[in-house]
This record gives sequence, structure tokens and C-alpha cells, in this order.
Amino acid sequence: MEPIIRVRDLHYDYINGEGEETAALDGVSIDIYKGEFVVIIGHNGSGKSTLAKHLNALLKPKSGEVFIKGMDTRLDENTWSIRQTAGMVFQNPDNQMVATVVEEDVAFGPENLGIPPAEIRSRVDEALRSVNMMEFARSAPHFLSGGQKQRVAIAGVIAMKPEIIILDEPTAMLDPSGRREVMETIRHLNKDEGITIVHITHYMDEAVEADRVVVMENGRIAADGTPREIFNKVDTLRSIGLDVPQIVELAHQLKKEGFDIKGEPLNIEEMVEAICR
Amino acid sequence: MPIKLENVTHIYMPGTPFMSKAIVDVNLEIDDGEFVGLIGHTGSGKSTLIQHLNGLLKPTEGVVYVNGIKVDKDSKNLKALRHQVGLVFQYPEHQLFEETVYLDIAFGPKNLGLPEDEIDRRVTEAAGLVGIDINALKDRSPFELSGGQRRRVAIAGVLAMEPSILVLDEPTAGLDPRGRDEIFWQIKELHRKKGITIILVSHSMEDVARLVDRIVVMNKGRVELTGTPAEVFSHADRLLEMGLGVPQVTSLMRALKDKGMDVPVDIYTVQQARDVLRKLLGGSGNA
Repeated sequence: MEPIIRVRDLHYDYINGEGEETAALDGVSIDIYKGEFVVIIGHNGSGKSTLAKHLNALLKPKSGEVFIKGMDTRLDENTWSIRQTAGMVFQNPDNQMVATVVEEDVAFGPENLGIPPAEIRSRVDEALRSVNMMEFARSAPHFLSGGQKQRVAIAGVIAMKPEIIILDEPTAMLDPSGRREVMETIRHLNKDEGITIVHITHYMDEAVEADRVVVMENGRIAADGTPREIFNKVDTLRSIGLDVPQIVELAHQLKKEGFDIKGEPLNIEEMVEAICR
Repeated sequence: MPIKLENVTHIYMPGTPFMSKAIVDVNLEIDDGEFVGLIGHTGSGKSTLIQHLNGLLKPTEGVVYVNGIKVDKDSKNLKALRHQVGLVFQYPEHQLFEETVYLDIAFGPKNLGLPEDEIDRRVTEAAGLVGIDINALKDRSPFELSGGQRRRVAIAGVLAMEPSILVLDEPTAGLDPRGRDEIFWQIKELHRKKGITIILVSHSMEDVARLVDRIVVMNKGRVELTGTPAEVFSHADRLLEMGLGVPQVTSLMRALKDKGMDVPVDIYTVQQARDVLRKLLGGSGNA
């Protein structure tokens, strides 16, 4: 199967505060397949946002190549269809609102594509339904909670009918209930609508829910595997300054002391099972 | 009594269709040198509450006392209060504006009319407390720094006012785990070294639990629970009902108890849970 996202030996550098060239991406290669739910973790400056911006042609490779559904991001004529294929949601919901009414905000993208009004109407309704925000269609965005605003931002992307959604720390500014709302929405879009998800986060409990976790460090991919494979490397994650879920840490410590904990519990249910066998 | 709230109610836009009761009949006392965690989900009244502590808001009803200064609905001139209570807002780095790191941290003390050498001492000390190397960074623009550094410079600007009470609203929001741990560690050190009162507003139960002496839980404008982390987390059901999380190991203990095992439910750190499970699993380990 042809990967929907294909990155080959990608390099990108920028000029830092002291006027020096710093590598943000230092040879990244990755394939992501249609329908995958991929979480990217890594601390600030590890290159995850820079990578994300390459996936919808906000940044173009300085060397190496990126193909989105076979389209080369280096070619300017591909930019618009790449952005339609791979939609992006950012961290701060307030910076992503352009209209004064929720449904107009969601309609902004399709309007710019020159889509006929009736089609826009049905896309907006469908998008708001899939993020469970239909009842707020006529509300003003500034009366919504952070989680609701992020769901509107996601609806704005869905109205473009993308095959991929890239989310760059969409939950970083939200409270626990807002985070839950956004994660449920992302899961629904992935499982029920088959949209490929690339989700960047610092929250390890969100990474546990993915099909695949990619760890970035110093502009490179440090690890890539299922959540179970990744979180089993407790000491590696610690050494690069990342969190490990409490349950994983607990199981790890008990195993080290020689206690017989079966399997690699990732969540509470699995840990209870491992203890109560 | 350093901080005391008596029957404090705050109503936004009273007498209009937008009227909303943000906090209702709050009674709360905080001792000198206490490290208190204030938790509650968005809209629970936390931010309204903390803005009463330095006079940014005045109570619609009730009285607030801070270091002997009384604030009620008629109070005027709350400047003295603002010097004693330092308030670090969410994303404080958005408030940086000066040309250099030094000038930004020095801005508050300068406005107090302090002499140059005193300003210099305060800037150096405040920067040191948040781990900013002032000699290396003083002439740099704050806007050239990393996100974590910018935030620490902004916090230093508040510390340079030498408040006896420091209130931090989600000081680690948006930071990565490493940046978060650094800031928390520095706040803990600050509490230990300077002995000032610290009120930390946070969504993260696991972080609050390992830092503070006492937790105050707000819900729908009221103080719903208060106590040590162990006391508060033993009410996991109520916390979940309020839309708050509990640490994973707290949920694990409850799940084990539901299975009929004899485990305590006031556990909130990995170390505590490990000790409990060591006993429970008994002989099977080699420890």
C-alpha cells in the first residue's frame, strides 16, 4: 500500500536568537498510512511542530522530500490541493476564529474554495454534527469554552473534506473536560470517518489511545511503535525528559523489584487484571 | 490571619441580562507561608477568587482581609495590597513588553521609585529564583528567548516586587514536561527559601498533589472541598462528578478496592502505590 504521507530524509534549519543556524529537522523519514491514528511526542524544540508544518506545505523542505497523497510539497502548484487533503488545527483556539458566528466560521474554508452555497450549507451542517457542535451553530465563538472552540476549529477543517487532519497540540490550552471533548472528537473522526490523524501532544494519556506513537528528539525520530512498545521504554522516555503515565511507571518499578506483573499494563483496567489474576 | 475571605460573593454585570454569580458565599482562610493548590474546572470561580486577593476585583458581598488590609465593595485605593500580592496570570509571557530582559524584570521595582542599586539587587535575585542567568541574558530581547525562558522572565518580574503572597494561575500551561517540571521545582524552591505564601491554580491533579500542603477545590462558585492531598483525593467520586480528574494511581486503588482488596483509597503518588502493592503482592517479589 502506498503511504498517504511519505517523508524522506527531511532537513530544515532556522536561525536562532544568536544568529546561528540550528537544525530543527535533521534527517526525518516516516511513512504514515491511510486511516492511521499517529501521535507525535517530544519536548519543545524536538522538531515536532516543524515536521507538522511540512505535512500541509506551510513549510517546504530545505532538503529531502515530503509527499502528501503522492503530491510533492516542493511544487507550488500542489500547495492548494495538499492543504485541502491535509487540514491543520493549531494550539490556540482563539487565534483560529475568523467569523462572529460559529457556522460562518466553519463555512470560511469552503467559501474560499468557491463551492456552491447549497453544498456549503450541507458541508457546514455535516462538519458541526461530526464534532457534536450543531446546537451552537448560531452562537458567537467568544461565548464558547476552550474545548468547544477547538471543536469548531476542527469542524472548519472537516468542512474542507480532508483525508488527513494534523493537530498541533490542540489540547495544550484546555482544561481536563475540554481535553476529553477534543480527544473524543478526534477518535470519532478516525474510527468512524476513516480520517488519518497526526496528533501532536505532551499528554501521555492521549498517546496511549493512538495506534502508533512517534517520539522525536533533536530533530530526529527517536522511537516509533505501538503505545505498548513505546511506553515500555520507561528509562528512554525519562532520559529525554518525557512523562510516563503513572500506571506504566508503577508497573515498571514493581517489575524491577522482581514482582510478577504480567504483560505491559497501559491503563487501569489492564493493571487491575495484572494484579488480580 | 494573613488571608481571610468572609462570605464573599461576586456577581458579574449585576442588574443586566448577562448577570452571573461567579463565586457564592466563599469562606476561606490561608495561613502565612502555606502552599495551597486551588483546583476546579473552567468556570468554577477560581480566577474570580484569586483576583479578589490583590484587589483587581472587589466582593459584591462579604469581606476579604489580606495582611490586615480590608477589602469590601466600597474599598478604594488598593495599591498597598497590590504590592503585597503578586499575581502571575496565565501565559504571563504575553505581558512582556520591554526591550531587554533586564528592563522587563526591573519595570515593577522602578515604578516603586526604588534606588538603582536596590533595583539591581532585586532583578538579580528574582532572575536567580527562576533560573534565569541574568548576566548572560540581561541585554537580550525577551522576544528572542524560548517559550519557557520568556515565562520565567515574566514570573521574575512579579517576584522583583517581593510580594509576601504569590498567586500563580496555571503557570505551566502549554509547556512541555521538562519545562513544567523546571517551573514547578523553582516554585517549590522559592517556597522553601523565601517562606512566602503560594497559591497555585492548576488543572493537573498529579502536579498539584506532589507540590502543595493543602488543596482547595472549587465547584460552581463555591469551595467544595479543602484538605491535604490525601484527604481530598479520598473523595474521588465527588471530584469526578465535578468534572475533575484524579491521579491514575488513585483510580487504580479504587478499582482494586471494588474488587474486594484491602487497599487505602487516599493514595496519589506512584511511590505510595508501589508501597501498597508491595505488601499486597507480598512474597512474589525479591525486594
